[in-house]
Amino acid sequence: MISALLLLALRAAPFPIPDSPFPLQDTTKGKAVYVKWCAGCHGDAGAGDGAAAAYMLPRPRNFTGGLYKIRTTASGQLPTDADLLRAIDDGLPGSAMPGWKGRLSDAERRNVMAYIKTFSSFFADTSQHVAALKFSSPPSGGTGDQALKVGRQFYDSIGCRKCHGDQGRGDGPSAPTLKDDADFPIFAADLHQNWRFRGGGSVEDIYRRLRTGLDGTPMPSFADLIDQKFLTDEELWRLAQYVRSLSPGAAPEVRDVVHGPQITGTVPVSPGDSAWARVTRYWFPLAGQVIHTSRWFVPAVSGVWVQAVHDGKTLALRVSWDDRTESPDTAWLKFEQRVLETVAGDDSAGSPPRAEPWPDQLAVQFPRHLPPGMERPYFLMGTATDPVYQWRWTSQPRRAVAGLGRGLERFDTLAGAPAGEATYEHGEWRLVLTRALATPDTANEVQLEAGRAIPMAFFAWDGSSGEHGSRMAVSTWYFLALDRPTPPGVFISPVLAMLVTLGLGLVVVRRAQRRSAARSGV
Amino acid sequence: MRKLGAVAVTGAVLALALAAWTRQPPAPAQGGATISGKVKFTGAKPALPKIDMTEEPKCKAKYQGVPTEETVVINPNGTLANVFVYVKSGLPAGYTAPAPAGPVTLDQDGCRYHPHVLGILVGQPLAIKNSDGILHNIKAKAKANRPFNISQPTTMTSTKTFDKPEIMVALECNVHGWMRAWLGVLPHPFFSVTGADGSFTLKGLPPGTYTIEAWHEKYLTQTATVTVAGSETKTTDFSFAGK
Repeated sequence: MISALLLLALRAAPFPIPDSPFPLQDTTKGKAVYVKWCAGCHGDAGAGDGAAAAYMLPRPRNFTGGLYKIRTTASGQLPTDADLLRAIDDGLPGSAMPGWKGRLSDAERRNVMAYIKTFSSFFADTSQHVAALKFSSPPSGGTGDQALKVGRQFYDSIGCRKCHGDQGRGDGPSAPTLKDDADFPIFAADLHQNWRFRGGGSVEDIYRRLRTGLDGTPMPSFADLIDQKFLTDEELWRLAQYVRSLSPGAAPEVRDVVHGPQITGTVPVSPGDSAWARVTRYWFPLAGQVIHTSRWFVPAVSGVWVQAVHDGKTLALRVSWDDRTESPDTAWLKFEQRVLETVAGDDSAGSPPRAEPWPDQLAVQFPRHLPPGMERPYFLMGTATDPVYQWRWTSQPRRAVAGLGRGLERFDTLAGAPAGEATYEHGEWRLVLTRALATPDTANEVQLEAGRAIPMAFFAWDGSSGEHGSRMAVSTWYFLALDRPTPPGVFISPVLAMLVTLGLGLVVVRRAQRRSAARSGV
Repeated sequence: MRKLGAVAVTGAVLALALAAWTRQPPAPAQGGATISGKVKFTGAKPALPKIDMTEEPKCKAKYQGVPTEETVVINPNGTLANVFVYVKSGLPAGYTAPAPAGPVTLDQDGCRYHPHVLGILVGQPLAIKNSDGILHNIKAKAKANRPFNISQPTTMTSTKTFDKPEIMVALECNVHGWMRAWLGVLPHPFFSVTGADGSFTLKGLPPGTYTIEAWHEKYLTQTATVTVAGSETKTTDFSFAGK
């Protein structure tokens, strides 16, 4: 009883940590939060080895070294409390770390921040100076051609392309050799997906990462280059602005329906056709297939961009996605092996699967028949009794086939295949699949009717990440809507209606005028 | 900024004088005892992986044949090079040595580090030089010290220091995955790195009984205990076996 009271008293009296802008941090309470919410991934002793850690890439942070990627401090220095709190509050996009703001109270987040600092003796070492760097403000004109040209010039001259690739999709010549400080394989960031940048995707965030580097990863700090006058602070900002320009203005919104307009003339069958530039593209995020064995927790393809057009007879669907490798690529075999060894799977108890030169693959899935209501086959490639109709494309052999998916294990190829044309350039696949809207095999092949909601789903495999079979990225069901051309009546009837209204109005006015004229005449 | 530029210039001037120094301990204070010996190698000589420098023509052009990694360098006389030999323990309590003001230079030349293994005193500057003029990053994967990871996209020199003793700090370049060097940070000058003849010398030791450790990146460590007095010289050899 007494000890319980004592414990209560102790808990009720948090001790403030001096020199912190965040007062009232209580590591005892922080530990309780940590054990409940954090230890599953980060481990009881903070070594980044919780039960779930082996299924993640990147792995959860190991707190024992006091080494953090996202900081406002110089390379190798400890992060500030504000840095740690930002990671806790906002999470680390593109990783398994969620944001905890709104899930944990302010006090809980501050306390757990204080607690994770206890895992490394560096935080208690008073000789460590923890000071946020002073950052300048971005120079104006950052989206102008001249600014981006300067940025691109430094992208080349300081060697960004070595890892991030010529167009920034993480496909540079050094990319297949990269590992982090714990010797886990690590990907050079795809600079076209700034919404997945761990430390945020704004120009300011990118500039800070260039100044501080990402500790524990191959990404160095470029701060010395300003000190040594290799480039100016403004030029570093230009580089950040250039990197920012590679991603869309805003993170893509996920919408449920792909609208495919009807065009006059024939549909574009080539991925490079300029006609695609006039067609709206839709983003569909993909997730790892974690429902059936072999499960896959670290899908390489984070999403696909989809465009559709038809000409009344034929559908053309362009699917574009970022992929660091044109698989099979033997230069990435060692990397693939390291990924397979790092990420736990459930293939078999024992040794991880061997790296093999798998191709890249993409599948587009439809039901066999358009459902009258919302009922659709099982999204994960159908079932034995209720199969799905799929188009499957592979990079090697370079071809597209159609068939019926009867669950993950069985795919029965059909005679009629869609035409497939694909290009691979600088880390991006662009694939156009075309097929007649109506086909003779109405029993198995979906009949693509304009004006109907056509269920559609996507699957992607990156061969060089060891993805094959059920180790893949999947989407849920979305819809394809093939728009009918607007009949001319739609444009003419409003005009007619306006004319009629105007005419009637004039008649009314005329009458009123006549009446009033007659009255005044009396 | 100017200071760093000056270091770059003086670094070049000092390079000649320091070239040999990095493989030998700093000059002894006064007399003292000496421990020296050789590091022998027995057994199977491992084949070293060849380095494909196709992506870096500037580096590739610096070699006649195909360069190899330097994980195990065996000398013609059957000794092992790149072994870091140092006094692990035995110095009088509170023994301190002031860090020399002059830097130790680590050069990146031909997409390899020169030297491959080196020692430095706590607080002594490490001048990291890029003679290649292409992008290198230098990551120090320190554990006792704070790490760093800086970029050098051009011919330049950066200077770093280490606050705490650490055996050994791995230095690596991530642009060129094969580039790796090893740095021993000690609070005293009693260390040596075996070179082309496989020998080491620790000079100027106060009288005492010392644990001498020989460290190799692949074959790990061996220790010997040696007692010295006055200005005598004692010999102790190490032997590593290939597997």
